[in-house]
Amino acid sequence: MTGYIIKRIIVAILTLLVIMTVTFLLMNAIPGSPFLTEKSTPEMIARANAKYGLDKPLYVQLWNYIKSYLKGDLGTSLKMQEGTPVSTIIFHQGKFELSLKLGLYALLLAVVLGIPLGCIAAYNRGTWIDGFLRVVTTVGVAIPTFVLATLLLVTFAVKLQWLPTVSGSLTTWKAYVMPVISLSFYYLCYVAKLTRTSMLDAINQDYIRTARAKGVKTRSVILKHALRNSLIPVITYLGPVMAGIITGSFVVESTFSIPGLGKYFVQSVLNRDYPVIMATTVVLSALVIIMNLVVDIAYKIVDPRITLTSKEA
Amino acid sequence: MSDQRVLLQIENLKKYFPVKGDRMFEKKYVQAVESVSFSIYRGETLGIVGESGCGKTTLGRTIIRLYEPTSGRIVYDGTPIYDSEQKIAVNMLPYRRKMQIIFQDPSASLDPRMTVGEIVGEALDIHGLCQGKTERRDRINSLLDEVGLNTEHANRFPHEFSGGQQQRVGIARALAVEPEFIVCDEPISALDVSIQSQVVNMLEDLQNEKHLTYLFIAHDISVVRHISNRIGVMYLGQMVELAESYELCSHPVHPYTQSLLSAVPIPDPDVTRERQRILLEGEIPSPLNPPSGCRFHTRCPYATDRCRQEQPILKEQSPGHFAACHLLDK
Repeated sequence: MTGYIIKRIIVAILTLLVIMTVTFLLMNAIPGSPFLTEKSTPEMIARANAKYGLDKPLYVQLWNYIKSYLKGDLGTSLKMQEGTPVSTIIFHQGKFELSLKLGLYALLLAVVLGIPLGCIAAYNRGTWIDGFLRVVTTVGVAIPTFVLATLLLVTFAVKLQWLPTVSGSLTTWKAYVMPVISLSFYYLCYVAKLTRTSMLDAINQDYIRTARAKGVKTRSVILKHALRNSLIPVITYLGPVMAGIITGSFVVESTFSIPGLGKYFVQSVLNRDYPVIMATTVVLSALVIIMNLVVDIAYKIVDPRITLTSKEA
Repeated sequence: MSDQRVLLQIENLKKYFPVKGDRMFEKKYVQAVESVSFSIYRGETLGIVGESGCGKTTLGRTIIRLYEPTSGRIVYDGTPIYDSEQKIAVNMLPYRRKMQIIFQDPSASLDPRMTVGEIVGEALDIHGLCQGKTERRDRINSLLDEVGLNTEHANRFPHEFSGGQQQRVGIARALAVEPEFIVCDEPISALDVSIQSQVVNMLEDLQNEKHLTYLFIAHDISVVRHISNRIGVMYLGQMVELAESYELCSHPVHPYTQSLLSAVPIPDPDVTRERQRILLEGEIPSPLNPPSGCRFHTRCPYATDRCRQEQPILKEQSPGHFAACHLLDK
């Protein structure tokens, strides 16, 4: 187990290096410069490039990034908040916290509602309940986030005026409602579909018959035997869900005017603020990698048949 | 051995499974078990044989109501537990203590997320058979011991065992509630030949110790002959012949039983050369659309017009020997 985790950490560091390289090359492939404005002259840009080391060969620039990241230094912003350390921008201005809070609530909603809905659908297979849930979840998986977010906004904020149009820094519970629903609805529906399929698979297994032959009550059969055995695909899916929810909040943050990291990330790309792009990518990637490791360890708890050895990894 | 007291009585038991038809909204039924009637005596082993898909497993599962019967009557020890005419369908929980089942596939029938101790202990918990943790642990250990497993096996998961050991766990689990009647649904057909005899012998020893009654389902008539007091032969959801083991094997009267027995290999080349095998033609017909009259007429070498039109009933041909065949009505 310890050996497995150490190996995973080494792989994680290598993954991050690859991500850094690819991101670095891609952002340099986009035309433009952080210092390019209507007023800037070629001399001014050249001077700024020299000041921040952007005139050096690409491999030197990349090596500089890696060196400073190894020291724990994420660099300073070139444009958006010129001179401010990127770590301050990400962690100390409430952006990361805001995105994380939004993401975690969305994740919680997807799991807490998605799994029971999947169970209910599987248990009532073929009835109108199952049919209704199937329609809802299919629509939920098909509808894009920005459409759902806009629909919610128009209905509940503009027409009914129950909820605020601008969620801002999420200070009241009302501000959370629409962003969390928009962010999690796709995942909620997907989790429900996944749970239903894998529950149906489990329900037809022989050990369910064994449990019934023992005299286990229907509810216990579902919760104790069927659900526990059908959670693996759901947990597998939760890794990408966490990634998607945390990094994918840009649309939702824009629609509801939430000054989170997702929104800032996209702005940094538009502004060619290279250190911010790099740092945000690396931080979010690290988060996703950690989540995946947690999911892999969670398997072990749910399914004792899975052994975490370095060979299988 | 058997004291001729009826433990379980099955009357006209039917189990149909609905399936989708070819056309939209068309419903068809797989007639898995069609009007089967017989009794099981206390302490005996009743063997059930037949081809794959003849309804043996469905019959076993329907008797202990893992499947809800379509119609018929099941009487356990004088109490009707299911009766479609009088609309009786009792709560099975108390009967789950008396009637148990051992499944065919031992690896699939044990919950992969539970340890062997939990699997066996769950049955004890449901029926409240143990007070306190020590008693529960002792009980689990003694059950594992009875089926030839070690006490330290209690903390392992099913996948850590071999097929034979898994089946032993399945048997320990069934025995946990101290049942009187056990449906053994092909308990050895998934096992290695070398393990089969061990498990069969263990089942026999347990029967003698605990005075159990078995319904022993198998497709291999030579195993059934060894373990059973009486044997019932099923074809396409119906019981075609039922008799004492020796009687059935030495004087089979139904053409289907005769062909089944002629297919049993005998480890003597001289005898085999002398013997005539009765080869059946064609495949077993679909239970979705069974043949008219006698269900066996499509493959029976002696079929007459009467067989094609009229359904034979299971009649006592000689004392204790039942068969359903028109050819015997002479």
